Amino acid sequence: MLCNWKAMCVNRENILALRGLTMKYKSVVAVDNLSFAVEKGSICGLIGTNGAGKSTVVNMISGSSKPTSGEIIFKGARLDKLSPDRIAGLGVARTFQNLRIFGKLSALDNVRIAAQARHSYNFAQMALGTPHYRSQERAITESAQRILHRMGIGHYAEAEAGSLPYGHQRRLEIARCLALEPELLLLDEPAAGMNPNESVSLARDIRRVREETGTTILLIEHDMSVVMSLCEYIYVMDFGILIGEGDPDTIRRDPEVIRAYLGAEREYA
Amino acid sequence: MAKALFANPLFKFLAVVAAPVAALLYIYIGVAEYYQIVVVMFMINVILTASLNITNGFAGIFSMGQAGFMGIGAYAGSLLTMTAELKFSRIPGIPAWLAEAHLPFIPALVAAGLAGAAVAVVFGFPVLRAKGHYLAVMTLGMIIIIKAVLDNNAHLTNGAKGISGMERFSTLPMVFAVMIVSLFVLHRMTKSAFGRSMAAIRSDADAAASLGINATKYRMTAFVVSAFFGAVGGSLWAHLQQTIAPSLFYFKESFSILEMSVLGGMGTLSGAFPGAAIVTFLPQFLANAENGFRVFGFTVPALNGLSNIVMSVIFILVIIRWRGGVMRSSEYIVDAMFGRDTWAGLLRKETYVDFWNILREGLFKNNNPHRLEEKSKQEEKDHEKENR
Amino acid sequence: MDFFAGSLISGLQLGSIYALIAIGYSIVYGILRLINFAHGDLLMVATYGAWILIARGLSLPFAVIGSVLITVAFGLVIERAAYRPLRDAGEEATLITSLAVSIFLQNLFLMVFTPKNRAFALPGFFSEKLVLGGAGSITITNMSIVIFVVTGGLIAAVSLIIKKTRLGIAMRACAENSTAAKLMGVNLNAVVVFAFVVGSALAAVAGVLYSGQYVSFNPSMGFMIGIKAFAAAVIGGIGSFAGAAAGGVLLGVLEILFACYLPEGAGVYQTAFVFLVLIVVLLFKPNGLFGAAEGRRS
Repeated sequence: MLCNWKAMCVNRENILALRGLTMKYKSVVAVDNLSFAVEKGSICGLIGTNGAGKSTVVNMISGSSKPTSGEIIFKGARLDKLSPDRIAGLGVARTFQNLRIFGKLSALDNVRIAAQARHSYNFAQMALGTPHYRSQERAITESAQRILHRMGIGHYAEAEAGSLPYGHQRRLEIARCLALEPELLLLDEPAAGMNPNESVSLARDIRRVREETGTTILLIEHDMSVVMSLCEYIYVMDFGILIGEGDPDTIRRDPEVIRAYLGAEREYA
Repeated sequence: MAKALFANPLFKFLAVVAAPVAALLYIYIGVAEYYQIVVVMFMINVILTASLNITNGFAGIFSMGQAGFMGIGAYAGSLLTMTAELKFSRIPGIPAWLAEAHLPFIPALVAAGLAGAAVAVVFGFPVLRAKGHYLAVMTLGMIIIIKAVLDNNAHLTNGAKGISGMERFSTLPMVFAVMIVSLFVLHRMTKSAFGRSMAAIRSDADAAASLGINATKYRMTAFVVSAFFGAVGGSLWAHLQQTIAPSLFYFKESFSILEMSVLGGMGTLSGAFPGAAIVTFLPQFLANAENGFRVFGFTVPALNGLSNIVMSVIFILVIIRWRGGVMRSSEYIVDAMFGRDTWAGLLRKETYVDFWNILREGLFKNNNPHRLEEKSKQEEKDHEKENR
Repeated sequence: MDFFAGSLISGLQLGSIYALIAIGYSIVYGILRLINFAHGDLLMVATYGAWILIARGLSLPFAVIGSVLITVAFGLVIERAAYRPLRDAGEEATLITSLAVSIFLQNLFLMVFTPKNRAFALPGFFSEKLVLGGAGSITITNMSIVIFVVTGGLIAAVSLIIKKTRLGIAMRACAENSTAAKLMGVNLNAVVVFAFVVGSALAAVAGVLYSGQYVSFNPSMGFMIGIKAFAAAVIGGIGSFAGAAAGGVLLGVLEILFACYLPEGAGVYQTAFVFLVLIVVLLFKPNGLFGAAEGRRS
């Protein structure tokens, strides 16, 4: 039995904690009494076979799904009862496994929509065109442009988001999250569909995001090269329960993990 | 060349601002009253259509209930501008507080808008929980309920008989001013965070939620704003026709506004202009035919409802063939009216030079190589300016 | 006669007619996700059709059959001309189009027949009353009996068709997942045509029954009845056959009871009441009383 409470007992600050999280759909138990914690400022990985329940966990953290039972605690507040927009307001941003950018809007608008959470004004100010409104709009646009540049897609600002090359669309989704200035970033298979070069470049950018902003990152990925190179701590799921945890070296060698996920007797570099 | 022309600020100013204003001025001063009324009707329809486009086009809320808000605005506005004596004489049994209530026209207009907004808040809670078709039918239900209330509170509204005798405050200059202000506010709304959020919600509501956008709040905002301007339109209408009745704000009117919205282009504010133009002016032409006419020796009898039939056929054809309406997704007209590009452009010398060059191109069609070189340089410059 | 029983019978009458129309809505909606606002107007078409045929000397049964044929023809033309081009167009387009078709139909008949209210006179047999039961007896007209028998029979027949025949099963397959159905060799166009035939026929019968019972008719009658029947279908759970029928009957009963039992003056809120019920039901059960959650994969 794994004691995953130890992560919570240790003297480092945990920004996110899951306790006894369960998700049941009629007769299927997607997530079963899951508990783990994510240390603040770390890059934490969540891996597992298809159907292990990883995306369900992310959906529960971000509020898209409500857990059947259990708690999700973020900076001391319970997330499991809140709506997705409230959770985003508290500082949790996420990307989607199947990439949900606003295809018909420009890349810049995609990011601006997120950025406006940080620079707001009310209806009256907008209608009258007060200086506050004008300065906030300027700030939104500048902030969005800056973030696009940081993610390397600045020159695509005016392009229709759906027309961008796939890799850039993924980056756009991440850029959008960054505009929220989140404290916790949930990345749901950001490298899916990318070739090895793109994955390496993406991994580098994710690391850079953490260096520059100190955002905590919870990464769900299948691409083991990305996971092993990026993550400082990894949780492994299978059939809705946690079957292993530890740093990359530990995981690489854990027989349970190897058997269930990596394929018997194979090591991944 | 056409592209360069349309992008030129001076052209925009002339086509969208100067020419229409000049035309309106002429109509106001020189033309018979009947035609003036049609033009004022057109401008009121622009306001109504633009207000509907906010919900139907921008927010993805398909509402068929705009006539309801129009009716609320018409009654609220009228009851506030009519004098106490007039109200006592026209509405038997009217309570004193309502009879005494009186405001000058413009504050009454705003109050009418607020009344519409208030009703929208009340209906918004149940109606906006639905989506798509269900929502549309709920908005139909809304009109029915509003009409029933107006019909059956004769001490407040004089019931189904309606009220007449309000003053004609809706003069051409007044309605023009209200139209400009309304479009300005709505335009600003679509270009701001509100507009972006609504586009996001329409595109992918869940993704929008993950960015902190509360769909319910924004949909309610759109619904309420749309109702406000719908009510303003209704009050303007009342003070033009000078007679109102609950049956005048029912299905037929709602469909009319919907027609204008779809024909002009539901997704833009600019679409209000072509849409309102077609629906306001076309029936005027068809009105002659409705009374019967002779062709090739046959006497075609009076065709009651011909204009409606023609409109609905046009409507169906447009939906099948040109889904986006006249404007598609182009906000050209309203952008030209209020855009910084237009007004700042007027202050730049190049605008006038470019304009003149483009005209020369078009008028003199000279394929002299020297001209061609100039022309391609010109196009480059314009292209650059567009991308800025 | 017992007031409540009388009201109940009136309500059931109206409800049966609503049920017929609601089923038609439901069938088409199930496959195409299309709310055919023109459906109610087919009722009106049938009425005028029957009226003309009777005036031309056709006996009642043939007039009814004739009007059904006419109505089905209208329905098919509408489907082919207005709805088929928009097959993949999405909700808004079909909604607007069906509204436009409704306006078109109403104005067409307005133009040809003028807005004048006319009377649909059925042979005296139908207004003869039958007395049921002993003491506390209930009087019921033959018309009412006819309505109950016809609607009951039709609902049973359509239900059978949907469950047992190939076309019926194909219809249900298309309703669930039209792409998969197509891949299995189902001819979607044929299924849609069939749905419109059934729906239009039901609307036609409903029209004849309605006018037979309530006598007065004009070109604008269809829309309002259609909207109410649609509300009924939604309340019951659109897309669900049983739900539509149940919703129709329930709404008819509620509407009549409301009109009969509420104080003076409130009766005029009758139509508004229908929509209040709709709004309230949808507030608590967004998919209708019997509807399942909508999840269309296509």
